[in-house]
Amino acid sequence: MNLQAWTFVLVGLSFALYIGVAIWSRARSTGEFYVAGGQVPAVINGMATAADWMSAASFISMAGLISFMGRDGAVYLMGWTGGYVLLALLLAPYLRKFGKYTVPDFIGDRYYSQTARCVAVVCAIFISFTYVAGQMRGVGIVFSHFLNVRIEHGVLIGMGIVFFYAVLGGMKGITYTQVAQYCVLIFAYLVPAIFISALVTGTVFPQLGFGGTLASEPGVFLLDRLDQLSQELGFARYTEGRKETIDVFFITAALMVGTAGLPHVLVRFYTVPKVSAARSSAGWALLFIAILYTTAPAVAAFARANLLGTVADIPYAEVPAWFKNWELTGLIQFDDLSGDGRVQYRGPLSEIPNELTIDRDIMVLANPEIAGLPNWVVALVAAGGLAAALSTAAGLLLVISSSIAHDLLKKGWRPSISEHEELVAARVAAGVAVIIAGYFGIHPPGFVAQVVAFAFGLAAASFFPAILRGIFSKRMNKEGAVAGMIAGISFTAGYIIFFKFIRPAWNTPQYWWFGISPEGIGTAGMLLNFAVSWAVCRLTPPPPEAVQDFVEEIRIPRSAGPAHEIDA
Amino acid sequence: MHEPTHRRRQYWRRNLRALTLLLSLWFIVSYGFGILFVDQLDRLRIGGFKLGFWFAQQGSIYAFVLIIFVYVRWMNRLDREFDVDERN
Repeated sequence: MNLQAWTFVLVGLSFALYIGVAIWSRARSTGEFYVAGGQVPAVINGMATAADWMSAASFISMAGLISFMGRDGAVYLMGWTGGYVLLALLLAPYLRKFGKYTVPDFIGDRYYSQTARCVAVVCAIFISFTYVAGQMRGVGIVFSHFLNVRIEHGVLIGMGIVFFYAVLGGMKGITYTQVAQYCVLIFAYLVPAIFISALVTGTVFPQLGFGGTLASEPGVFLLDRLDQLSQELGFARYTEGRKETIDVFFITAALMVGTAGLPHVLVRFYTVPKVSAARSSAGWALLFIAILYTTAPAVAAFARANLLGTVADIPYAEVPAWFKNWELTGLIQFDDLSGDGRVQYRGPLSEIPNELTIDRDIMVLANPEIAGLPNWVVALVAAGGLAAALSTAAGLLLVISSSIAHDLLKKGWRPSISEHEELVAARVAAGVAVIIAGYFGIHPPGFVAQVVAFAFGLAAASFFPAILRGIFSKRMNKEGAVAGMIAGISFTAGYIIFFKFIRPAWNTPQYWWFGISPEGIGTAGMLLNFAVSWAVCRLTPPPPEAVQDFVEEIRIPRSAGPAHEIDA
Repeated sequence: MHEPTHRRRQYWRRNLRALTLLLSLWFIVSYGFGILFVDQLDRLRIGGFKLGFWFAQQGSIYAFVLIIFVYVRWMNRLDREFDVDERN
């Protein structure tokens, strides 16, 4: 079978699987719609969380990013995994004990304040929309590359699938579909990685091959060869850092803390039956994520070595077939500056001008082709990319839907609505959110990439400190929490907006405060949030006794009343 | 206000002690070995990896997974010791 046929078959089969799972596990109550009835086993929830968390960016773009960043790519590797330690140790068990439906629920109840709840709802919706637009775009890109479908049509197909199982199934449907999607995406990621590792280093484990010797040159380590090739072509050495240490530190911290504050991840810990299950579930989630995250840097190094080895300096007439294929899509651009008919790929330190522009996404999308792997492996990458994008999109849409139906309607404007009406409202909100997300997928605002820094920065500067203090400080009151969140958000948003939109030309290390880039400023926003809320809290009265008892209560796993009230 | 009992305060203190220890480890493997002291560690090698590079791109992630599972076992034991675990 040719590539196109394989891709249709594999993508079609995976979609049929998701729809089947969604029909089998559809939600019948608001408890099932928001938190899957709170009855998801820890391992299953861990797997669903992993799929929820790993987006189109993790699957398609991350290895490519690392490939071009070398050691500095570690900010993503550590930043997007280390947050789970914070989640497991500091947030998840207590949120589970609290046991409601949404993150704004916790903020609103703990800080006995509608204002706090509103700030939280606005943040949750903003963060989720920022993210979901990128996912829909990812779906469109995969469709257009592999199936020759226009990006718009690809987005529409993706919207249809997500609409079907998110609206019908709610959290329960999403959870079990995400389990299926995790299996598809991890298989799709590992198969090419194992093939390439075996080819390049003779070891089937990419994590070991990464530090192993080359199959073609026994005794020479892959990373040493990569350092040498990079240097010869005028790039920085692969295993050396290029960013300032303080910036690496702040970006890593912003991504970690941001991860721990993202509402679609936090809400997953409401879905397990017990506090102890919330703890272990975070461990399972990270284990499943780590399988991909320890493979990605290996793939990045193999891909880089392959690329530098094959096209750094060859006559254009002799370039391999994949080069021409991807040139058609615009992801590879060759501009023969010297007019000698040779492709010259050079780094900024080289005297010879660079003639080749390579989109970083190609590192995962085209890697199997570059390594000459069979068609079914290449097709698998398409199915995996779609699984990653769809699973994340669904989780985010659920956050938007529950924020609107539960936090704004039920807990805000219309407390009198019945459960049935709330469920209808949640489904309508999910449907509308799919349409808005699809619109942004088809007409992406030019700043999608920029606003991802926003999502993490805001989560780091708002949710994480507010929830953390809500659990670990009994004295923290609503005045402190609200002032802290507003200070953190305003500072972080102001810094990012200034450098990304108002003065993009100044977005260089010499103008940044203390050399901290907009990507890392969320960490400073978080510190500011802590400082402001502490100061305001000292000057205002302590929270009511009922709230202090509430904090006392969530710190203990065993509950006084029935373990679960949401099924009632 | 209902003052927490002595046992509960003790349980919370032991919990905080576990958190402090495990979060220190978390900080050392990532921010310590992977960022602040990466260049010093890079002078050592394991196989084809420079050690600092390995911590930055591989080792810290393995350590994170271990830290969470150690925490899970630690807390389950602590919950039973103080009789605050969840009854099935």
